[in-house]
Amino acid sequence: MESTIATNANRDNWDGGANKPLGASYGKMMMWFFILSDALTFSGFLGAYGLMRFKFIDSWPIADEVFTHFPFLHGVHAPMYYVALMTFILIFSSVTMVLAVDAGHQMNKTKVTFYMFLTIIGGAIFLGSQAWEWKNFIGGSYGAVQLNDGKIIQFVNASGEQITLESFAKPSQTERTQHIKSKGLWFVEEAALPAITLNEVIEGFKAHPEITIRTEQVNPELKEKIIIPRENAMAYLNESKAVVTGANLQVNEYGKTLFADFFFFITGFHGFHVLSGVIINVIVFFNVIIGTYERRGHYEMVEKVGLYWHFVDLVWVFVFTFFYLV
Amino acid sequence: MAHAQEHTSHTKLIWKVFGILSAITLVEVILGIIKPEFLHLTNFLGTSLLNIIFLVLTLVKAYYITWFFMHMADEKKNLRRAVVWTAFFLICYLAALLLIEGSYINDVLGPLTKWNY
Repeated sequence: MESTIATNANRDNWDGGANKPLGASYGKMMMWFFILSDALTFSGFLGAYGLMRFKFIDSWPIADEVFTHFPFLHGVHAPMYYVALMTFILIFSSVTMVLAVDAGHQMNKTKVTFYMFLTIIGGAIFLGSQAWEWKNFIGGSYGAVQLNDGKIIQFVNASGEQITLESFAKPSQTERTQHIKSKGLWFVEEAALPAITLNEVIEGFKAHPEITIRTEQVNPELKEKIIIPRENAMAYLNESKAVVTGANLQVNEYGKTLFADFFFFITGFHGFHVLSGVIINVIVFFNVIIGTYERRGHYEMVEKVGLYWHFVDLVWVFVFTFFYLV
Repeated sequence: MAHAQEHTSHTKLIWKVFGILSAITLVEVILGIIKPEFLHLTNFLGTSLLNIIFLVLTLVKAYYITWFFMHMADEKKNLRRAVVWTAFFLICYLAALLLIEGSYINDVLGPLTKWNY
């Protein structure tokens, strides 16, 4: 039993935290271990995404066809540019953060304040960009038709480019309005009706001989979606269930719903990290202004929040690779 | 001041690292937009050569962020290994299992999926 009794010698070894076996303060070391566990959480999510992607490797949506918008360039096919811009914004806010840490080492309050401010602005711009990205993804770009078994059918013109449903759907007068309370239908409930009905799409398809369809299936040699010859297309459309515009957790006009689920979950979880990072940055920013760390004699708090902020950037580097590049 | 650090400013290094990270991102984006066929339409280690390049470039970026922005280079070896090795080996293990299983499910499920109507 004697061997398990705490002795004074033991206390001297650790000395209430003054002894630093890893050469870092308690707070910084724990920030590192928090980051480690958070990194493993994100790996779990991205790993699950990888599993599903390999499971459906022959029919996964192609990122270049999904994220094609850029502000003020309406209708221009601009894959990757916007998300590259977001990456630069986040990397740049990382740079201002590390400059703030550097200025903290020199006890330069003015510089720390200035760089912390820039970092917060960068984070806010990034969050706004992400909201815009989500808006485009939720709103959709071309529209598609879902079959009874859940597969997505998209429409292409003679040269194989995707076209919008509006461009060929035949307007009809038989449309009914949505059942809502104010129209006296208090006893039924239904979701908003699509702007274009299935019937209009199919009639429009029949009236335009030059267009055809493509499935989610990817040609492994060309890494492009397989286009179905027009003479076979009606067999697919006879199976159709609903018109789909945009993406949400239930349905996704770009293909697999799982793609949308993972996109919303992982970029949402990352965005939540950015948001909490911005909030912590704001708190530290005001503490810098009122001189808390000046009185404390060191700017280690800026360093710790800096670690978190860089970690958020690090995660984005991986999200960028796995959602947009690979 | 008593606490005035022996620390010299690392501003030059920071801007250099920023330059490296930007250059890598630029290369990634250009490759991602062009998708050169001799890289994209190949099969190497279970995916295309282009994807392997993206993965390597991403790891290089992660290295620069961790080592120079998070100052991992200045930490003690013990702390560095406790964090980096733990993450690296666990993630490699997890990724290997999940991706191999994903491929296997595809081998089994793929032929059963109906694509013609």
